[in-house]
Amino acid sequence: MKRLSFVLALLLACGARPAVAAPSVILATTTSTQDTGLLDVLVPAFEQASGYTVKTIAVGTGAALAMGERGDADVLLVHAPAAEAAYMAKGRGLSRALVMHNAFIVVGPGSDPAHVKGATSAQEAFAAIARAGTTFASRGDDSGTNIKELALWKAAGVTPKDAWYLKTGSGMGDTLHVASQKAAYTLTDDGTYLAQRATLALVPLVANAKDLLNVYHVIVVKPIAGRVANEAGGAAFAAFVVSPQGQQIIATFGRERFGRPLFTPDAGKGE
Amino acid sequence: MLAIAALSVAVSAAGTALAAVLAIPGALWIAFGQSPLRRVLLALYTVGLGLPPVAVGLVVAFVLWRSGPLGVLDILYTPGAMIVAQTIVVLPLIGTLAVVALRGIDGTLPAQLAGLGLRARDRYALLAREVAPGLVAATLAGFGRAIAEVGAAQMTGGNIEGQTRVLTTATMLAVGRGEFGEAFGFVAVLIGLVAVASGIALALQARWA
Repeated sequence: MKRLSFVLALLLACGARPAVAAPSVILATTTSTQDTGLLDVLVPAFEQASGYTVKTIAVGTGAALAMGERGDADVLLVHAPAAEAAYMAKGRGLSRALVMHNAFIVVGPGSDPAHVKGATSAQEAFAAIARAGTTFASRGDDSGTNIKELALWKAAGVTPKDAWYLKTGSGMGDTLHVASQKAAYTLTDDGTYLAQRATLALVPLVANAKDLLNVYHVIVVKPIAGRVANEAGGAAFAAFVVSPQGQQIIATFGRERFGRPLFTPDAGKGE
Repeated sequence: MLAIAALSVAVSAAGTALAAVLAIPGALWIAFGQSPLRRVLLALYTVGLGLPPVAVGLVVAFVLWRSGPLGVLDILYTPGAMIVAQTIVVLPLIGTLAVVALRGIDGTLPAQLAGLGLRARDRYALLAREVAPGLVAATLAGFGRAIAEVGAAQMTGGNIEGQTRVLTTATMLAVGRGEFGEAFGFVAVLIGLVAVASGIALALQARWA
């Protein structure tokens, strides 16, 4: 027993040292920021500017918030305002700031069997899809997009549960491919759709609707006493994404490859 | 691509080597020892064969989370955490295959060699030559499983670019991004590496046989 505790103590000592020498920041974020490629430019720019190393964990917004709640991440970049507000109310965030937005869009097969094209709101489109009983691919993963989708079903007065409603349990990119292969409708952020359009048999059917705004916030996680954390690093990342340099990266990201930016920077604007 | 392939090989080789060091003494004991407890260890190895990597990944990640019991180590999402998980995934496979290979050898061989009146060093050298091919083949099979595994690598490594992104997790990400050409590239390299490992195992066995 004595020997075991010695080995444990040794392990602890070895493990604790690099944490002090090279503090890395754990960023929990959404698959949409990773699948669009935004993080591939944003994170290296931050690392260069700050000297921190970032460990990016791309999960859904729900999982990212849960990581923050447990103190398993230092900073969150997420997009589910209502869930974020509940998170802040629990006192698990030091700060929350508006970063950027893009839009959700409803996409589906070009033949549009549920006749949703021309709908003026997503709510209307969802009601039409439910009426027609055409296949709809849901993320089903408690991500920001999934939370938004469920709110839209609720607004449309529909409880989606029949055979036409598929829960992929996957990220946005994978869900788009499932929808494409099954000629199904789905809700996506326009950035991920635009980034993957070339490999999809899906067309945008409802866009620019008021109920389709997709807003991203950055939250600095409040460390839990006695646990490993990097509050300074998390705060530095949050400050970077809303700084002029970070906002400039967001404003130009995607212009070269897709002909237009995928996100609109919003730092400092009113909600 | 090269960095990702190199990390895959490094992490899997480390995890496999660690697993071999831990599993092989047990396998030798099972094959040549006398104690009835050998059956217990063999049963553990065999049951462990079916251990899903995704379950190992979840448990290792849970333990290493900052909120977990060993969170103070702060090694989750590092190659170290991936090596720990792969060691656990591969250990039972190496142990079981090593036992199978060693059982092909006459169990009385150690006693016979002792009877020849050889010096201890020569005895062990002769014995090593007999058992080595089977142990190497078991270890290389373990490497094949480690490098091809995705669930534990994703959960304990986090697929972080330049730090913990390996061939399998990079493939999943490429598919998620719709970069199918890239995904096929990763898979081709992965298959190539597994083929090389198998080739080495076959060549060694042919040479020793």
